[in-house]
Amino acid sequence: MERTSTEGPDYFHKVVDCQWACPAHTPVPEYIRLIAEGRYDDAYMVNWKSNVFPGVLGRTCDRPCEPACRRGRVDEEPVAICRLKRVAADNKDDVSGRMPPSAANSNGKRIALVGAGPASLTVARDLAPMGYELVIYDSDPRSGGMIRSQIPRFRLPESVIDEEVGYITDMGMELRLGQRVDSLKGLLDEGYDAVFVGSGAPRGRDLDIPGRKEAAANIHIGIDWLSSVSFGHIEKIGKKVIVLGGGNTAMDCCRTSRRLGGEEVKVIVRSGFAEMKASPWEKEDAIHEDIPILNFLSPKEFVHENGKLKGVIFEKNHTVTDDKGRKKVVASGEPDEFHECDDVLMAVGQENSFPWIERDIGLEFDQWDMPRVDEITFQSTRPGVFFGGDAAFGPKNIIWAVAHGHQAAISIHKHCQGQDISDRPPPMVTLASQKMGIHEWSYDNDISNEDRFRVPHLDKAISLKDVKAEVELGFDTRIGYKEAQRCFNCDVQTVFADPLCIECDACTDICPVDAITFIENGDEADLRPRLTAPALNLTQDLYVSGSLKTGRVMVKDEDVCLHCGLCAERCPTGAWDMQRFILDMATASPICTK
Amino acid sequence: MTYIAKPKFAHPNLKPNSLGYTRRDYEGSVSTLCAGCGHDSISSAIIQAVFELEIPPHKIAKMSGIGCSSKTPDYMMGASHGFNTVHGRMPSVLTGANLANKDLVYLGISGDGDSASIGLGQFAHSVRRGVNMTYIVENNGVYGLTKGQFSATSDKGSKSKGGEINHDAGIDLVGLALQLGATFVARSFSGDKAQLVPLVKAALLHKGPAFIDCISPCVQFNNHNGSTKSYDYVREHNEAVNRMDVIVPRNPIHVDYEPGETKTVTQHDGSILSLHKLAEHYDPSDRVAALAFLSAKAALGEIVTGLLFVDPASQDLHDGLNTVDTPLNELHDKELIPGAKVLEALNASLR
Repeated sequence: MERTSTEGPDYFHKVVDCQWACPAHTPVPEYIRLIAEGRYDDAYMVNWKSNVFPGVLGRTCDRPCEPACRRGRVDEEPVAICRLKRVAADNKDDVSGRMPPSAANSNGKRIALVGAGPASLTVARDLAPMGYELVIYDSDPRSGGMIRSQIPRFRLPESVIDEEVGYITDMGMELRLGQRVDSLKGLLDEGYDAVFVGSGAPRGRDLDIPGRKEAAANIHIGIDWLSSVSFGHIEKIGKKVIVLGGGNTAMDCCRTSRRLGGEEVKVIVRSGFAEMKASPWEKEDAIHEDIPILNFLSPKEFVHENGKLKGVIFEKNHTVTDDKGRKKVVASGEPDEFHECDDVLMAVGQENSFPWIERDIGLEFDQWDMPRVDEITFQSTRPGVFFGGDAAFGPKNIIWAVAHGHQAAISIHKHCQGQDISDRPPPMVTLASQKMGIHEWSYDNDISNEDRFRVPHLDKAISLKDVKAEVELGFDTRIGYKEAQRCFNCDVQTVFADPLCIECDACTDICPVDAITFIENGDEADLRPRLTAPALNLTQDLYVSGSLKTGRVMVKDEDVCLHCGLCAERCPTGAWDMQRFILDMATASPICTK
Repeated sequence: MTYIAKPKFAHPNLKPNSLGYTRRDYEGSVSTLCAGCGHDSISSAIIQAVFELEIPPHKIAKMSGIGCSSKTPDYMMGASHGFNTVHGRMPSVLTGANLANKDLVYLGISGDGDSASIGLGQFAHSVRRGVNMTYIVENNGVYGLTKGQFSATSDKGSKSKGGEINHDAGIDLVGLALQLGATFVARSFSGDKAQLVPLVKAALLHKGPAFIDCISPCVQFNNHNGSTKSYDYVREHNEAVNRMDVIVPRNPIHVDYEPGETKTVTQHDGSILSLHKLAEHYDPSDRVAALAFLSAKAALGEIVTGLLFVDPASQDLHDGLNTVDTPLNELHDKELIPGAKVLEALNASLR
């Protein structure tokens, strides 16, 4: 193999698995270290710069970082990254003084943002400090979008939403709440310099099966029902409730039902339990609240008596594997099952819907009736109209909406300044040695052996009585510290300087995970199985030196490196060094990322 | 030195041996030697060898004297027996322990100061008595703990870090071991584990005194130009006579060298040393030729490494003393005090 090039931002970024997996590329190990130091304000601001809603995400994020966490490959479970984020949010002091100041003067550009959810708010945050005049429209009476309307209060208290949405809206912008945009053409005619569409995926899927119309009074669309609960329009549900669907919305529906009078609440899914889309921890939480999850059942008919819902008939399914090895859920032919209920909540998916966008204004839609949006610039086919969040590429989650928002804000800024929007600003990257003394590093390199800590929960008897009582209590600072110490500090990179190496083997001898091998060079497929510990995880790179004095090369498999720094401690010549890699994603406003 | 313990996390694919131990289980406490010390590599090679031979840790006795080398038993096999003797007295204590309990595997670890100066006599007598042991000298040619004075194995004419020239002749422990009757003699280099690990394995399986002189550069005080025990010098002047694979009867491996280039030696316990010849005409079963070969190469400034001599039909001290099969420490009053009647009979036979 050629000597590994660590030029440019990507090589070392990939080593920081959590940051690489995060759509917003939040510098996770950096803020975890700050939490361990008790610097909650700083940890919060590192998050805020990158993901805008640390308190919200610390409770609700889909956490793509955690399955990626390197610790999960050597220990039983990854670091509880998401819940550590909440530790920073819960324990910070007043950070309002650290928020970017409102712009003193307008820069003369007016931007309309459709929807007041996470995508639009991210765009607004990035643009407001630069003097953009922002107008946010939302049909709901309050800002926050799905954060406020769809996530139940027992998972996310209103105060957290108010605080974090407030940091943005306080920067100075016009909120036109309760005002639905019915025509994009009309909006464009108002002369905005750019329009951002962050209207989400607001339409819950319906089921067109017998009895649907007749029993409509007790059959509800999940996200609409959750929104009505959030805004206080619905306060009760029947004793027996069936929730259809296996995603996170279904989990929110069933748990909310338990708090509004549902005594026998069941989740019934078409697929198998393992194939459900809901995050494993959300399934666990539902089961913990005595909600059975029945699988392999497709709803066939709503049974009613003169319009009064009595239950649902289900067809039984099983999984078959076709000749191409693909698994499919099909009817098994077993007798149907009847489940009695008073109410049904349907959480079988949600879709985009753009009836308010005219099809003759130069904005193209694809065969699925989704707008054509550039995946890098987030611009539609009509210059000056941008999309982000669920409105851009269909339902994802908050952290994706934030990532889209940052990119769209850059595009909007460039568009308004007459610059080429396809010319994207690179991230800021620095790499600095962490050596403080002969065997002393500026980070804590002693690896903690602790298992992942569980987040304490509110007593079930209390929490099931109050839809607003937060279930998770969060880590206290003591457990927060211990959990933070489980982080391997993967952003502190092992950096190898070929000319200094004397091939004494000290690094290979000390490495606890046999990551380093000095070996005759070969191509990657040849090298991987020949290493001391064969490098079988192909998603992880090999770090290869140039040819050394004996003609061999140093090969390090990044896969399970603990970043303990012992290679550098035992290296007599400083050929190994531990260097902290900082990657700051570019945002439209330099003020927000200071 | 490193202050933190080596993390307990290991590579998830790390395999255990038949005893259920991984290589990591044979480690000891973290080394307090200087970063880059050759001794740490030798410790690592010993750990690898013991792991591969699947020796239960409690069946090993690690013995050492004083010096950097003699600290190293602490850094390996934390669950084994150990004894840290006064300077240069490891061979005697090892001999005593071996006499008391011949069932353990004896691993003597020493340095050039400990074995070639203060303990030279001890070294000589333990070898000539044929004690069943593996005796490894971690030879760096310098007194590292006292900041770099020449040791007794420093080559004449070599230069200290401060620039002084050594005017004393160096002691060649390999030559000495051959003359004293060691039945397994090898030399290796800490920077070449591919060679060192099989040598340690073969030595551990060997019955009788197995001696390995292992050159181990002192990164602090003897790794400069003018040193004959630096990484660079040893790599440039290394003349390996053979490469070896050790084949243990219980897990045979396939070795595919060209026929005619490989010589096999079957040791006392049935283990087979498969020697791949690198130097033409070198015969590791000929003690006299080995001595001549070593002298000739030494005159050229070359460092001969590999398995230099082995006597597969070796005997040890217990054979010479004709001791009972049961280890002496397991003999109880019943065996040791036969009683008045036996004494009377014995006395009567002598009257």
